[in-house]
Amino acid sequence: MKLTLKIWRQKSAESKGKIVDYKLDDVSPDMSFLEMLDVLNQDLINKNEEPVAFDHDCREGICGMCSMFINGRSHGPDRAITVCQLHMRSFSDGDTIYIEPWRAKAFPVIKDLIVDRSAFDRIQQAGGFISVNTSGNTQDANAIPISKHAADEAMDAATCIGCGACVASCKNSSAMLFVGAKVSQYALLPQGQVEAADRVKNMVAQMDLEGFGNCTNTGACEVECPKGISLENIARMNRELIKANL
Amino acid sequence: MATLDSKVPKGPIKDKWTDYKNHIDLVNPANKRNIDIIIVGTGLAGGSAAATLAELGYNVKAFCFQDSPRRAHSIAAQGGINAAKNYQGDGDSTYRLFYDTVKGGDYRSRESNVHRLAEVSTNIIDQCVAQGVPFARDYGGLLDNRSFGGVLVSRTFYAKGQTGQQLLLGAYSAMNRQIGRGKIKMYSRHEMLDVVIVDGKARGIIARNLVTGEIERHSAHAVVLGTGGYGNAFYLSTYAMGSNVTAAWKAHKRGAFFANPCYTQIHPTCIPVSGDHQSKLTLMSESLRNDGRIWVPKNMDDVFAIREGKLKPTQIAEENRDYYLERRYPAFGNLVPRDVASRAAKERCDAGYGVNKTGEAVYLDFAAAIERYGKEQAHVKGLDENDKAVIDKLGKEIVKAKYGNLFQMYEKIVDQNPYETPMMIYPAVHYTMGGIWVDYNLMTTVPGLYAIGEANFSDHGANRLGASALMQGLADGYFVLPYTIGDYLAADIRTGSISTETKEFDEAEKEVKTNIDKLVNNNGTHSVDYFHKKLGKIMWNKCGMARNEKDLKSAITEIAELRAEFWKDVKVPGSADEYNEELAKAGRVADFLELGELFAKDALQREESAGGHFREEYQTPEGEAMRRKEFQYVSAWEYKGEPKDAVLHKEELVYENIEVKERSYK
Repeated sequence: MKLTLKIWRQKSAESKGKIVDYKLDDVSPDMSFLEMLDVLNQDLINKNEEPVAFDHDCREGICGMCSMFINGRSHGPDRAITVCQLHMRSFSDGDTIYIEPWRAKAFPVIKDLIVDRSAFDRIQQAGGFISVNTSGNTQDANAIPISKHAADEAMDAATCIGCGACVASCKNSSAMLFVGAKVSQYALLPQGQVEAADRVKNMVAQMDLEGFGNCTNTGACEVECPKGISLENIARMNRELIKANL
Repeated sequence: MATLDSKVPKGPIKDKWTDYKNHIDLVNPANKRNIDIIIVGTGLAGGSAAATLAELGYNVKAFCFQDSPRRAHSIAAQGGINAAKNYQGDGDSTYRLFYDTVKGGDYRSRESNVHRLAEVSTNIIDQCVAQGVPFARDYGGLLDNRSFGGVLVSRTFYAKGQTGQQLLLGAYSAMNRQIGRGKIKMYSRHEMLDVVIVDGKARGIIARNLVTGEIERHSAHAVVLGTGGYGNAFYLSTYAMGSNVTAAWKAHKRGAFFANPCYTQIHPTCIPVSGDHQSKLTLMSESLRNDGRIWVPKNMDDVFAIREGKLKPTQIAEENRDYYLERRYPAFGNLVPRDVASRAAKERCDAGYGVNKTGEAVYLDFAAAIERYGKEQAHVKGLDENDKAVIDKLGKEIVKAKYGNLFQMYEKIVDQNPYETPMMIYPAVHYTMGGIWVDYNLMTTVPGLYAIGEANFSDHGANRLGASALMQGLADGYFVLPYTIGDYLAADIRTGSISTETKEFDEAEKEVKTNIDKLVNNNGTHSVDYFHKKLGKIMWNKCGMARNEKDLKSAITEIAELRAEFWKDVKVPGSADEYNEELAKAGRVADFLELGELFAKDALQREESAGGHFREEYQTPEGEAMRRKEFQYVSAWEYKGEPKDAVLHKEELVYENIEVKERSYK
């Protein structure tokens, strides 16, 4: 396959960025999208140019590190996958592909396609946990039965990989799907009840402080989420917040 | 030759850990506030250790190269975590978990450490449930279990095919609580480049800020490495792209002995290599072997027809299939341990029965499971148990519920639907049992320097059983290190804070900077990946699933030559004072090029076959691994300048609670 790539290049957080064109002549449909960029980078290194910086690590769709806005979509075409799981067979010979970083005020660009997502960590630090020390003397794991339905639903929420696709896809750069998923995981489990009110208030307050926008029920986040996290989690978070403020 | 002191407590094995805890020195809460601990790596081991030590009151500084501690590669573990809960009432016990792990490790692990691991395994499950980890449950609301390779009980707890993710996010949440309280200072996008030794004790690290390129000094009273394994020496592996040996290797160069580097786990069920562009391999969880049957065609004609695309695997009749694991190991069948399953796949492919173009793939087939589950469901629902369409539909639903995310992952990569046609799989490098030598306290041969999780060597012997890596990582971090490190730090309560303005820090920093300057200014002709791929080929072809004297000797020479070429000819673009992934990679590959040689040297020295280490010269007439009594020791290597000069120290392994016998899964 022959491709034209239009990639966002930005030296550092302070400098101005721009789209730069690159051409690749020999792309195999079996390559992953990141392997295609590896090929480009090897070419650039051989030509004494600087390779394109992008975040990636596990390359199997679970670490949440990779983060690219491809042809106007988070993680590119195809549903329920991350960039590293996207394969070139999703494109055609002769295509032009736009590759940009996540765009959000709360995710400043570090370099090229890499953004700073530490805002997500700070939201978790504000309340995304259950306050139980690791003494080894907690009660037996089977002491509190949890219905399979609740456990499965909590698992579905907990499956979030924290990549930030929801924020990048949202016209308001809202992080409510991300926060809602964590709030829901604990709200659905008996262990999470004790601190439920404080948790949701603190996490939402931090989310607002970081500069994420609000939810206007567009639903783009759910469509683009590589793990298919449901919008219901946002509704549940709002319910929890109202309950907490009553 | 110096002997190693493993510091194993005296007394019966079942009382050792309890007695030990009763007699160690403790640090009072007020003094803990004056003690700093550095933890490098934030996976299951490092993350859980950071959280627990901070809860106890120590000041923790945690480091990871990723952009967040939540992304450590523990997150990719799929299948589950073992614990001797015996919730299924199928005969499990602490002793059985201990026994299975020692036997699974081919009698090359330290008895006392493994027993302690089995003892604390049950605490892990309790702890994780209390933290809100959403393990799978049955309809009665109790925890569900499944079975893994090399055991005859169901003791594996799981959260879909994402158990590692859920456990890591649990440890991450515990860390977040302590970061919020200011008890952990988190340094993300930082890479440790050296450990600093002051008066014979580990007192700090030199780290590089990966965003700014700045070289930083950090001091502490103790340093803990939870930096994972070194499987990326093979270039292609199931490890994350960033996984590396650098922290462990720098520690080795500063005096920490490196144990059993040749013990590598090659996982039997990974997606086969598709081409030269490939950057990593993807694992298909061992849990699939609960329901998947592994086979190749019996007849060569069928193999050729398949490779030419003239025949589909589903068209091959039952009697023309060779379910070679069921044939060779009737007792354990498809659930033999990983080393055995991998070698059996290699044996069939070497004999010419591989089913893809390169001849390096076997089938993992779910058709029988779909039929079995389908009939069961039809019966439950009162539907026709002989209606093929009904059975097929119901069976696929069950398989989807169990393994849906794995099937989806496979389909995305290979572009084939595993519900309709068998998966193609082949072994790939997955885990390293070898690592930094530690004593019972998890301390290395450098006082105050600890190694936990995959980074150390102690619990898995020559082969790790499935679902035991998560268990060991969390056991070390949550329940073992917090006790053992306190015993050491009790002597440090009057030390006061450690200065970074000393000649030891000056020297270490200077060395790091010199190294970086050399790489950045080398202006060679080949990229870092060029050398990494070359190293990977040598490792895979000569230090892989089967090893022999001739190949290992040539590997040692070739790796040394490649290392020299690397330093002469590597090209690293950009500068040292900015985000520069090529520079970070160059430093890591430089260390792999040293480790690789020690790896081959260790494999050459170990003239036996054990677990993941298979020497062609030492096998039984049936082709099984042949262990040798005279090698019943840990090989701990001391750094002496070049890998070839490393000096061997032996820790004899004593088995008082388990009979050492032939490891049979027949």
